[in-house]
Formats: sequence, C-alpha cells, structure tokens
Amino acid sequence: MAVKFSVSNLDLYYGDFQALKNINIRMNENEVTAFIGPSGCGKSTLLKSLNRMNDLVEGCKITGTVLLDNVDIYKNMEITELRKNVGMVFQKPNPFPMSIYDNIAYGPRTHGIKRKSQLDEIVETSLKQASIWEEVKDRLKKSALGLSGGQQQRLCIARALAVKPEVILMDEPTSALDPISTMKIEELCFDLKKEYTIIIVTHNMQQATRISDKTAFFLHGEIVEFGETGQIFAMPKDKRTEDYITGRFG
Amino acid sequence: MKSSWKTFKAHPMSLVFFILVCAGVILTVGILFLVVAFVLIRGVPYLTPDLFALEYTSENCSMLPAIVSTIEMVGISLLVAVPLGVFCAIYLVEYAGKGNKLVKLIRVTTETLSGIPSIVYGLFGMLLFVRALGWGYSLLAGSFTVAIMILPLIIRSTEEALKAVDDSYREGSFGLGAGKLRTVFVIVLPSAMNGILAGIILAIGRVIGETAALMYTAGTVAAYPKSVFDSSRTLSLHMYSLSREGMHMNEAAATGVVLLIVVFLLNSFASFVAKKLKSKT
Ligand SMILES: Nc1ncnc2c1ncn2[C@@H]1O[C@H](COP(=O)(O)OP(=O)(O)O)[C@@H](O)[C@H]1O
Ligand SMILES: [Mg+2]
Repeated sequence: MAVKFSVSNLDLYYGDFQALKNINIRMNENEVTAFIGPSGCGKSTLLKSLNRMNDLVEGCKITGTVLLDNVDIYKNMEITELRKNVGMVFQKPNPFPMSIYDNIAYGPRTHGIKRKSQLDEIVETSLKQASIWEEVKDRLKKSALGLSGGQQQRLCIARALAVKPEVILMDEPTSALDPISTMKIEELCFDLKKEYTIIIVTHNMQQATRISDKTAFFLHGEIVEFGETGQIFAMPKDKRTEDYITGRFG
Repeated sequence: MKSSWKTFKAHPMSLVFFILVCAGVILTVGILFLVVAFVLIRGVPYLTPDLFALEYTSENCSMLPAIVSTIEMVGISLLVAVPLGVFCAIYLVEYAGKGNKLVKLIRVTTETLSGIPSIVYGLFGMLLFVRALGWGYSLLAGSFTVAIMILPLIIRSTEEALKAVDDSYREGSFGLGAGKLRTVFVIVLPSAMNGILAGIILAIGRVIGETAALMYTAGTVAAYPKSVFDSSRTLSLHMYSLSREGMHMNEAAATGVVLLIVVFLLNSFASFVAKKLKSKT
C-alpha cells in the first residue's frame, strides 16, 4: 500500500517543554491509523503537526520532516494547499454559527468555488458521504447549532469532506457523543477509508480495535509501539503497551 | 423564608447582613424611581407642541433642531470611532502576538483615555479641531471630539466580544484552509456582533449624554446646522443651555423627559437587537 504520510525524526517543543520526542511513523493510504495512549502523551500534538495547526500555537518549535506524498509539508507546501488536502475533525463538534448549507459551503468557497449549482452539488454529496443528508435535507437553511451533538459532528465531517481532502484527521471525534452517535461515526470511518486516509486519536481502545488497521501507542511524547491493530492488542511487544491495554495504567 | 428565621436566631449577623442587602436593593430602586418620577412629573406637563416646532425661537424653545443635531452628532462620531475602534480591537485580539509591546501600549492608552474627564477632551478638541484645524465651533469638531472619547469604549467592548468567540470556530476555519482575514471577517466578527453592538449602543448613550466636551467644540447654536462646519447643540446641551439661562426651567424639564425616552428606547432597541441576533445563531 502506498505511504501517505511519512514522519521522520520529529521533535516538537512548546516553549521549553518537549511534547514529542523523535517520532518516526508512516501512515498508509486507505487505512485507518489510530493513536492511543494516556492523556497528555502527545497524540493531539502529533495529529496537529500533520496539518500544521501547531503553527497557531505561539512558541511551538518543530524539527524533523513530515512528508505528504513525498512533499515536505513544512518546507515545500502552501499551508492552504496542505489544509485543503488534510482535513480535520475536532474533539468537540464545532459547526460555525451559520446555516447547515453555509457550514458545508464554507470550505469550497474559501478555495474559490462560487457557482451556486456547483456548491449545491458539493453540499449534497458531502452530506451524503457523512450519512447525514437524510436528516438535514429539509433544513439546509436552518442554523447548524440546532442539530444534536452527534449530528453536529457528522456535519463537521461533511464540512471537512467538502473541500475534497485526501486525509482526514480526527481528534477523539466521539468523546463528546452518546453510544449511538459514536457507532454511526465509527461506521462512517469504515466507509470513508475506501476513498480517504484516516488518522484518528482515540481514548477508547475498543474503538481502536473496531475501526483501525494500524495502531500507535504513545507515552510521554514518544511512540512506544506501532503496528497492525490486531497484533498490538493481541500480542504487544512492549511491556508498557501491554500494561496500558490491559488497563494497568493511568 | 420560614427556615431563615431559625437561621437568623442562630446567627444574628446574618440578619444584619440580610437587612443591609434589602436596604441596598430598596434604596437603589427607590432612587432610580425617584429620579424618573421627578423628571416625568416636572417635565411632562410642559411637553407642548411648541417644543417640537420646526424652527427654534427664544419663545418656543423648540428642541427639534437639537434632536436633529444629536442624531447627526451620533452618526458622524460613530462613523469615525466604530471602524477605527473595531479594527484596532481586531488587531489586538486576532493579529498581535502575546507580549507584543504595541498591545501593551494601546491597552495602557485606552485605559488612560477612558479615565479622563470629558471636559479635558473638550479642551483638547477645542485646541485641535476648533483652533488648530480651523473648523470653528462646529458639528464636525464636536463629533470628532466625542469620537475620540468613545473610542476606548468601542475598542474595549469589541475586544471582549472577540475574545468571547470560541476558539474552536477559529480552529475549524483554519482547518479548512481559510486564512486569517477570511476567518476574522466571515466567522469571528459575525459571532462577536452582539457584544460589539452592545458597546456601540453604550457609546451612543455617552454621545447623547455628553455636554462638557461639546460646549468647547460644537458650541451652543440652537438652529439646524446647515453643514458640518456649523455650530449646533445636542439635546443634552440644549437642556443645559435652557436651565442655565434660568428662564426656561420648565422647557428644560420637558427636554429631560424626551432625553429619558430616547435613552429608554435606545436600551430597549439594544436588547431587542441582542435577542434577535441570539435567536438567529
Ligand atoms: N498549546 C500548548 N502549549 C503548551 N503545552 C501544550 C499545548 N498543547 C499541549 N501541550 C502539552 O503537550 C503535551 C501533549 O498534549 P496533547 O498532544 O494535547 O496530549 P493528548 O492529546 O495525548 O492528550 C501535554 O503535556 C500538554 O500539556
Ligand atoms: Mg488530545
């Protein structure tokens, strides 16, 4: 399988604090890669360095390389171009305070699409891909904030899909949702990986086993173990991984 | 209340405190009520059609020209202060980095400016706009003076409103590849509109209520200003002039009623707009 993201020797500092230490990891196309590990071990931080959201954090320094399709995203790629290709879904659903339609159309409009018919089509396909079209098709002009939490999160996924990215980063996308919404989003990940590369941070180990192909276990800013999800959970090579997945760990 | 008697017996201090709190509430409401009642009782009987005559004469003491020039004064000063203040706040919140020297400077400046008595602004306005720039006692000089006066208020309220916008909106927008400009104008500003409007309405209130700063800059001519370079008095200044002359206390009281109504309407309008915006989002 083709490598989508390749991270080598990545160190990341927030001021004097080193949040990531010598990260080396490759993520394949059309696979779901899960990041697991205790809180504060750097999962979100690594995820955010994949679409340079860390650039917004003052005092954040990064060394090492991150290649997307063999292009260095920190040296040879425009940030808008990168974020168009690498979409992000956040922990807390964050639809904009505007209509459902405008939420989805925001991204395409940002990248210069203005024709109404074209936008209409993008809105419909994105909402369908995120399997929320049936629920919202009669209220596209209504505020997105009127949706339930689970619907909002699927809307956010649709919003990310609307700019036609290749990779979707998800940072604990179900941590604020009920079990049924969580299940819907997990099914969605499964469908989406046929067309996209998905990297998901999760607190929930069952979730990682259910949806991911590869799993990376993080501890104190390092990747302790990375491999096939089945292997990581059945026969972890590292003692610390074993302690974590068997629950003997914070 | 039943159980509170027991509490009071056990802790006599809490009874004292309770009485103090009640007294505070009653006094505050009472004084407010008294002021409003006084203005109404004193002024309403003199609200004659004459007071709204098209032209001002020393007989009818019409306040219509004053109402018109108040509106113009509010309009011009907002036109100057709102864009300036809002852009300044956008810079402070969205663009300037933490620990930026310029931010500290602007913050100290606005804080100092908002503490200065308005008569000092008046003096400044007179020296700069009236004399140095040669605008004379005029609507324009007055408007610019109060614009400077309300600038800190607008910067401050816009700053607070922008800071109150959830960072997750900004993240969402940046995450889709939008730049700073688009994020600020399409996502952040509309969300902050409520707070910004609240600040603007407070500012309007200050312009309407201002007298000291305008005496030195806009002058007290009671006719309609024909251009922005004409002197003209606002409603508050009109009221001040009437009562200072001592011969028109009744007309002054009636003007007071109108001012009160204007302020009341303004506040109702503000909360109406706030509600409208809230239900929309
Ligand atoms: N913006 C920031 N500034 C400073 N430190 C941060 C910032 N974001 C995260 N950190 C620190 O970096 C470490 C990793 O954080 P994070 O990647 O959010 O962990 P996780 O997602 O695994 O829970 C934590 O110790 C956290 O306190
Ligand atoms: Mg996290």
